[in-house]
Amino acid sequence: MAGTDRFDVDALIEDRGVGVVVCCGSGGVGKTTTAAALGLRAAEAGRRVVVLTIDPARRLAQSLGLTELDNTPRPVRGLDTSAGGSLDAMMLDMKRTFDEVVEAHATPEKAAQIFANPFYQAVSSSFAGTQEYMAMEKLGQLRAEAERTGAWDLIVVDTPPSRSALDFLDAPKRLGSFLDGRFIRLLTAPARAGGRAYLRVFAFGIQLASNTMGRLLGGQMLADVQTFVAALDTMFGGFRERADVTYALLKEATTAFVVVAAPERDAVREAAFFVDRLAQEGMPLAGLVVNRLQPLPAASLTAPRALAAAEQLHELGAETPVSAAGVGPAPAHLDIANAPASSLSLTVELLRLHADTAAVRARQQAQVSRFAAAHPGIPIIEVPAAAGDIHDLDGLRAIGSAFAGGSNG
Amino acid sequence: MPSPALRRALADARLHVVTGKGGTGKTTVAAALALTLAAGGKRVLLAEVEGRQGISQVFDVPPLGDDEVRLVHDPSGGELWGLSVDAKAALMEYLQTFYKLGRAGAALEKVGAIDFATTIAPGVRDVLLIGKVYEAAGRTAGPRRGQGRLVYDAIVLDAPPTGRAVHFLNVNNEVAEVTPMGPIKGQAESITRMLRARSTLVHVVTLLEEMPVQETLDAIRDLSAARFGLGCVIVNQEREPLLSASSRAALRAEGVAERVRADLTAVGVRPTHGMVRGLLAEAAAHLERLDLEEEMRAAILAQDLPVLHLPALAEGIEGGGLAVLSDLLRNQGVR
Repeated sequence: MAGTDRFDVDALIEDRGVGVVVCCGSGGVGKTTTAAALGLRAAEAGRRVVVLTIDPARRLAQSLGLTELDNTPRPVRGLDTSAGGSLDAMMLDMKRTFDEVVEAHATPEKAAQIFANPFYQAVSSSFAGTQEYMAMEKLGQLRAEAERTGAWDLIVVDTPPSRSALDFLDAPKRLGSFLDGRFIRLLTAPARAGGRAYLRVFAFGIQLASNTMGRLLGGQMLADVQTFVAALDTMFGGFRERADVTYALLKEATTAFVVVAAPERDAVREAAFFVDRLAQEGMPLAGLVVNRLQPLPAASLTAPRALAAAEQLHELGAETPVSAAGVGPAPAHLDIANAPASSLSLTVELLRLHADTAAVRARQQAQVSRFAAAHPGIPIIEVPAAAGDIHDLDGLRAIGSAFAGGSNG
Repeated sequence: MPSPALRRALADARLHVVTGKGGTGKTTVAAALALTLAAGGKRVLLAEVEGRQGISQVFDVPPLGDDEVRLVHDPSGGELWGLSVDAKAALMEYLQTFYKLGRAGAALEKVGAIDFATTIAPGVRDVLLIGKVYEAAGRTAGPRRGQGRLVYDAIVLDAPPTGRAVHFLNVNNEVAEVTPMGPIKGQAESITRMLRARSTLVHVVTLLEEMPVQETLDAIRDLSAARFGLGCVIVNQEREPLLSASSRAALRAEGVAERVRADLTAVGVRPTHGMVRGLLAEAAAHLERLDLEEEMRAAILAQDLPVLHLPALAEGIEGGGLAVLSDLLRNQGVR
């Protein structure tokens, strides 16, 4: 990766001017693990950190002390606090966050009325953009709390497991603009709308739309939507503005985006889309984390040389079937590639495994190089794949060290 | 050899719903499955519903629009068609068919009613998306629905990921809450009948890693609780063991580094300490990975569902990889 800047993660987490780090990327690339590892490393470097996770793996959640989904940050145990830092973690409960928003802005009677509305129940628990919207909302809340109480000086946010990384940016606006959109406005205030000259042009369309949607969806649903939006409308000034406020937070200089990718075609392409989008929106990108790169501890041996040596050894083994260091024949059904039973067969297998591993790594690096070529100047850090799954603080610390060391496997 | 359980499961299937955790290769597997069915002489539709253009990427063709596009013509006479279902287009088509709206449809679009119905109205979007699949499944060659032979022998649906799949397929419940009446509700009921029929199978794609397997087990539980017919678990990107049992034993033996070093020297490689240590570390990581995979495989096999296996392809799906996967599915009894 000549010519590529190394993403200096330690400089990022030590930068006191950075108050929010957003980890994003497509589904399955290790966003949550990256967010947790960043948070842990920052906390052990002395920062007071809160990590907002969206959908952590069960054992990772347990290792962070997240045994219950209660929408409240809890201190993580087992932290090295010698640098004066702290680490809290929480798991997003989107329904509960939505409920809290309603409770915070409505009288108890009104809130009860909203909660009972079937349309609210559906939107708050299942609408595709709700999770993203509520992640943004929670981020806004955490930041307000951080400013008020001084409990945290760094918020690390994981983003919802959508297939496209862009959903995180788009979904809240989509939800906001539809709840705020013209059709809903018209449904909720037909009299007022009818009185406006510019809307009269659409009178036919509106009538038709209401009738058709009423027939299609059933009149009850439209009635529910009307009462729901009317109830929400009186308590806070429009969803769109609310989404805009959080969106603006993401553009501030104190925010840093960390794009996470796995070294494979689709994930790298998603990362590229996201990087381009951040640039368009003027949002601050700190760098790209390429997760789970195949490590290659014996990198000094090239793959072709390893294969040639394996071939030679294999022939040698066929000529002299008993090696001085033989460990006995393998059971026939487990014998691979008809290798003779000796230390030679072990060495042959080691060499073939090495060539195979090197090929995997080379393909992965080609994906990263392609990204780097198309996006010059974007700092990149590669994190080697762990052999097993990460589910304890030590595993997260190991990832943190890879951030710092720029490990090349 | 195809297992009897698998043959039984696949014999009656006409609609194959493929789900899996994000990153498990769900779309690739759905494409390989569709290709296998087409290679058996069937006329197959492969449909995606998330607007991601995954099918066009897998088959390396221009992005799919609202129309079905023929992707493959097999010498057996089988055909594979692709479709990226778009909720807006589906709603317009639906309104056109049932209400003969003509140009008034544009007025609906203009006031935002189409956006409203396809985006925010809960469940409606899913009804429209699966509704299009329902329409294609029942489409016949005759002048009216139900007349003549069915246009498609099989349909493969690249469904949303496991986290959302049950919700997506459970359209009826979803819609019933908010839309107790109206044609959408009626449509949802027809769709539900199709999805719960014996001819519909839900397949779950997984990798042999902790999170995908956990999600697979959760999905199997939730799908059976919701009374969907489960097909196979498809284990994707399975690693080939590159170390034999005898090598595993030899790695534990005293002085193994010295022997490997001697072997390397014998064939003219000048091994450094780092190189030998590196080779042994690679072997240890490989074995750890295999052990983890074995544990995950056992968890999958304990589910008592037919399991299909697909290897990790060295070159990815580019350059004929999809055909390789398709052949492997056929060898495992997929017809």
